[in-house]
Amino acid sequence: MKKTTSALSGLYLILILFFLYIPIIIMMIMSFNRSELYLLPFEFDLVWYEQLAQNGQLLGAARNSILIALVNAVLATTLGTMTALCFARYEFRGKRVLQGLLLPTLTMPWLITGTAMLLFFFWSGIGRGLHSILLGHVALSLPYVVIIVGARLRSFGVSMEEAAATLGANAWQTFWRVTAPLMAPGIVAAALFAFAISFDQFVISYFLAPVGTSTLPVQIYSAIRKGFTPEINAISTIIILASMILMIGFAYFSKFGGER
Amino acid sequence: MSAVGISNVAKYYGRLAALADVSLTIQDGEFFGLLGPSGGGKTTLLRSIAGFVEPDRGEITIAGKTVSNIPINKRDIGMMFQNYALFPHLTVAENIGFGLSVRHRPKSEIAERVRHLLELVRLSGFEARKPKQMSGGQQQRIALARALSTNPKVLLLDEPLGALDKKLREEMQFELKQIQREVGITTVFVTHDQEEALTLSDRIAIMNKGGVEQIGSPREIYERPRTAFAASFLGTANFFEGVVSGRSDGLTRIELPDGQAIFTTDEAPAGAKVTAAVRPEKLLAGPPRPEAPQGRINTIQGRVTAEVFTGNSVTYKVDAGDRTVTVFVQNRTDERFGPNQAIALTWEAFHTILVAA
Repeated sequence: MKKTTSALSGLYLILILFFLYIPIIIMMIMSFNRSELYLLPFEFDLVWYEQLAQNGQLLGAARNSILIALVNAVLATTLGTMTALCFARYEFRGKRVLQGLLLPTLTMPWLITGTAMLLFFFWSGIGRGLHSILLGHVALSLPYVVIIVGARLRSFGVSMEEAAATLGANAWQTFWRVTAPLMAPGIVAAALFAFAISFDQFVISYFLAPVGTSTLPVQIYSAIRKGFTPEINAISTIIILASMILMIGFAYFSKFGGER
Repeated sequence: MSAVGISNVAKYYGRLAALADVSLTIQDGEFFGLLGPSGGGKTTLLRSIAGFVEPDRGEITIAGKTVSNIPINKRDIGMMFQNYALFPHLTVAENIGFGLSVRHRPKSEIAERVRHLLELVRLSGFEARKPKQMSGGQQQRIALARALSTNPKVLLLDEPLGALDKKLREEMQFELKQIQREVGITTVFVTHDQEEALTLSDRIAIMNKGGVEQIGSPREIYERPRTAFAASFLGTANFFEGVVSGRSDGLTRIELPDGQAIFTTDEAPAGAKVTAAVRPEKLLAGPPRPEAPQGRINTIQGRVTAEVFTGNSVTYKVDAGDRTVTVFVQNRTDERFGPNQAIALTWEAFHTILVAA
């Protein structure tokens, strides 16, 4: 009985990994294959990476993406952490309403959010551009940060901050010596998540990108529409590896952070 | 001089009184217990002294000074929390030194103080450990050392031994009391555990529904409870309700509804409806005696309904008229009473205590 169960769950795991990773692995392998038409036998070549290095548009888009993702991570994490602290430690009128309003944006389709943002930015004169993409990304990742940091804050409660106060620490000392170090793993995890959300974001960036500039996902999309070249495989491979490192970092800080 | 003064302190949550005009005075160096059921107001009172709760009315003084407008971090208190609230990211030494560190004391002074406190709680050599690496009992002693670190005017303990298992708890009770005596610090602690209150306290305040039922030494409250609540919360009590039918020879006669009568040395006017409390261990169980109660000895007749053997004593439930009486009998002889056996319960008149219902 037990053997069958473990064999079944083993098979299940293998199937998941197969369907999840096989396409990605094939793509990664093909980025190193010389043939443009994916012909076998496999011949190792870095030609697509060399071409990628020459592709100014793709590289420019990648630089935009990284820049926006970094600034977004800083802004969204700062604002989100402040919001989470406010929710967790203070009582004020309308708190429930604000908390309630945070969640629906998570389930709202990006297409709709993107359209709404485009309309709003156009109407308000903010317009399209990297700055509006950044604004959109911050708005998008803020709820995630609030939730991640908020969960961390709830996990240790207020008693340690109370203890610090009885020991003579003022609010400033309590925050920097107790609250901040305790929620640090949550903040790091939230920042990684915010970075990833921005870096992977397509729909909103696509709507808000001005003519001529774009982010990496948008650039890849337009490149594919013109005609698929293994260059895309090459940049995708780089993105996947970077994303995986980021997500493993997220898992480390969010899951194991508390027990260290 | 009183170390902590509470006068007419009230705190309402909505229309519910968490504290209803509480007044009490805690003496210098005293180990003072706040005992009561959850929701009785004891924790609210402790947190009011600490400054976490702002009373709606009344005044709290620490060492003679009003603290109403003094923030928590300036109140000069030490507090030990129920879950210890040790800082997990700091070492044991950093935890204990925290209070001095935020006061910007020199490193050498902090190190010396930490060393001294670790010696006091018998944990020398654990400076570099993290709290998570220590057992519950050790964490508790670290929390105590930390609470004492700043030489506070008053030490506040919230359910100090609540998180420990029974054996460790008994050990820590003695240790806590010993350290408190050694340091000589005024200590206020909250507990719902009557044994803890009895063991640790110099004096106890029994709290219920936001008010103080009785204040006194453990012995005073146990032997002379003033209210039915105090009698039943600290220890176990049998209650007899009846009407006073006269007084002679220094004895008040109470007529019970079933026709039996008991006597007490307490005074009450004839005709008054009264409640009398008798501790189960004051009762003697013996074979039934037909003669009427005489002099200073009370006797009531009954029938055993249940017997619980607890090792050093036996608890009998006795059906006596319209009430069930609990009796503790020391396990000293082979004498036992079986179910349904008729027995007589006798006790001294001065062990019958009139209490407010």
